Amino acid sequence: MRSETFASRIGPVLTIVATIIVIWYAAAVWMNAPFQRDLDRRGDVTSTTMEFIAKTLSQPKPIVPAPHQVAQNVFENTFLRKVSSNRSLVYHSWVTLSSTLAGFAFGTLLGVLIAVGIVHVKALDRSLMPWIIASQTVPILAIAPMVVVVLAAINVTGLIPKALISTYLSFFPVAVGMVKGLRSPDIIQLDLMRTYNASRWQTFWKLRVPASMPFLFTSMKVAVAASLVGAIVAELPTGAAAGIGSKLLAGSYYSQTIDMWAALIAGSLLAVILVTIVGIGARLIDRRMGVRPA
Amino acid sequence: MTYLLRSWQGSIALLLCLLALVRLPLLATDASTPFAAAGTAGVLLLIAVGALACFMRISRAARALILFVTAHTAAWLLIGGMSGNEGNASLSYFLLIAASWLLGWRCISELAEIRPSSRQTMMALRLLIPAIFGAWVLILWEAITRGAGVPFILLPPPSAIWDRIVSSVPILAADVRQTVFKAVLFGYVVGCAAGFAVAILADRISFLRRGLLPIGNLMSALPIIGVAPIMVMWFGFDWQSKAAVVIVMTFFPMLVNTVAGLSASGSMERDLMRSYASGYWQTLVKLRLPAAMLFIFNALKINSTLALIGAIVAEFFGTPIVGMGFRISTEIGRMNVDMVWAEIAVAALIGSVFYGVVALVELATTFWHPSNRGG
Repeated sequence: MRSETFASRIGPVLTIVATIIVIWYAAAVWMNAPFQRDLDRRGDVTSTTMEFIAKTLSQPKPIVPAPHQVAQNVFENTFLRKVSSNRSLVYHSWVTLSSTLAGFAFGTLLGVLIAVGIVHVKALDRSLMPWIIASQTVPILAIAPMVVVVLAAINVTGLIPKALISTYLSFFPVAVGMVKGLRSPDIIQLDLMRTYNASRWQTFWKLRVPASMPFLFTSMKVAVAASLVGAIVAELPTGAAAGIGSKLLAGSYYSQTIDMWAALIAGSLLAVILVTIVGIGARLIDRRMGVRPA
Repeated sequence: MTYLLRSWQGSIALLLCLLALVRLPLLATDASTPFAAAGTAGVLLLIAVGALACFMRISRAARALILFVTAHTAAWLLIGGMSGNEGNASLSYFLLIAASWLLGWRCISELAEIRPSSRQTMMALRLLIPAIFGAWVLILWEAITRGAGVPFILLPPPSAIWDRIVSSVPILAADVRQTVFKAVLFGYVVGCAAGFAVAILADRISFLRRGLLPIGNLMSALPIIGVAPIMVMWFGFDWQSKAAVVIVMTFFPMLVNTVAGLSASGSMERDLMRSYASGYWQTLVKLRLPAAMLFIFNALKINSTLALIGAIVAEFFGTPIVGMGFRISTEIGRMNVDMVWAEIAVAALIGSVFYGVVALVELATTFWHPSNRGG
């Protein structure tokens, strides 16, 4: 029974993925064909259809790289290169990851602090909350390059400027989620704490904080993904420096499409890993707190 | 019965006032146009009156009004006296700014405690409190950047940014036309419509739903913004490539939210529709889409921000010589920081208006929903 539900869940996903790959191949052939035809005409080469298709899928700088080219590039740059090498994806991912994690940590801390302030200080609730929401309608990602360049002008470089962008992007989901979480205890539970003569401090640690844990982890999943986006975009203006974002930019400058796609895949893998780790953390906390799986 | 109220903001403000009095003058001694004695006395007096008002047992509204007037007039005088003296402020100046800020804080606290009877006053208060908070962010920003002489390149004062906005309206308008009216709106409409259409399709074909939904959820966690350089390579430098990025970015939130929303109607209601012998489309249009409205509007709100970000970031990878992202990246290269901030202010305004319009449309179309009916 269980394996059957598993199969019925995984089957459609695999089918869709397979369809996407087939479409991808078709698109690669179709989009790369004009350039290849041009190349063949100039080189006076006549090839059969199969040969032609094979050639469209193995161009060095294709418009649409074929899946296997990207996979090969990712594999080579991940496993076959020295980790310290400038071309290693592991190296670039590590650079991005470090600023993502720093920004995520600060962002989570800031978000929790703001939430605690909002829940306990009425003036903050009324005055700050609208601005927190408004802060996210600002396309803040757009100023990421400016923050990096300006901070570089006063000799603050490296991790901190990128982490700042990540912080800005990741504090919001945590703050909003935690405000909801810290307010999630029912009146009846708060009343119980009052009958125990619990202080504000005790109510906070023994009731509000445990109640907010599921909210915290849900918003942390969003926050870690946002943090990664922030780190990648913040790397765009740093030019030659390392990181997935700069790899994307370099790829776009030199039309190295395969490298670009590989960087994109690396970023996606990073996102999946980060979100999964937060998810596992959530499950561990749930278990420690005695939540039964639904 | 005590005749005085307790207020730590008031006490500290008084204390700061005394300290400032000891450490006069407000500006460094070699400042070109020092504060007039009357101005300094006026500021000190205003703050003292405001601080004392914190302790008075008068009506809350009166206290808030006194605080509002004194705190803001004092701040106005302090900032006004700064012109021509940038970077010459002494400790006493900052003490007074801090004191008037505390009064502003007290004002917000008082306003937050007011329980008005009429709905209009309630609404006005809900707008006024955040507005005062925002004003204080600007006041502190202006006072600190100009008072301490923060390098212009690091953080220009708001007044300089405003001057820049006013003096370069044509450039800003051209950028907005290129980025917002061409790329963002087109991409937003197409992306949301496509996401919605695919969601309906996925709802009709359960196989597609089971396959697409996990992928859609996965995609919403990925840094999709990274496709920007690829899109620029495919669709060229003009607005079409930016619209393509916006489409890709807005598609998945719409898809995931609509699919979730379509399952939001209860089984009882669906059974009722069945007992009316209504078909799939009738159930969809009359029951399930209205029930999904909140989810769909949620996606529209998320997308309004994403669309603007997508278009601006995509412009970093190559554009014609107009557009908000282009302007930001080139003016930064020329270290015209005030122009960048002007562009950001415009982007912020547009983002908020965009969001606000979606929120208003939501209120107008889902007024019947329990979460919007209020008490």
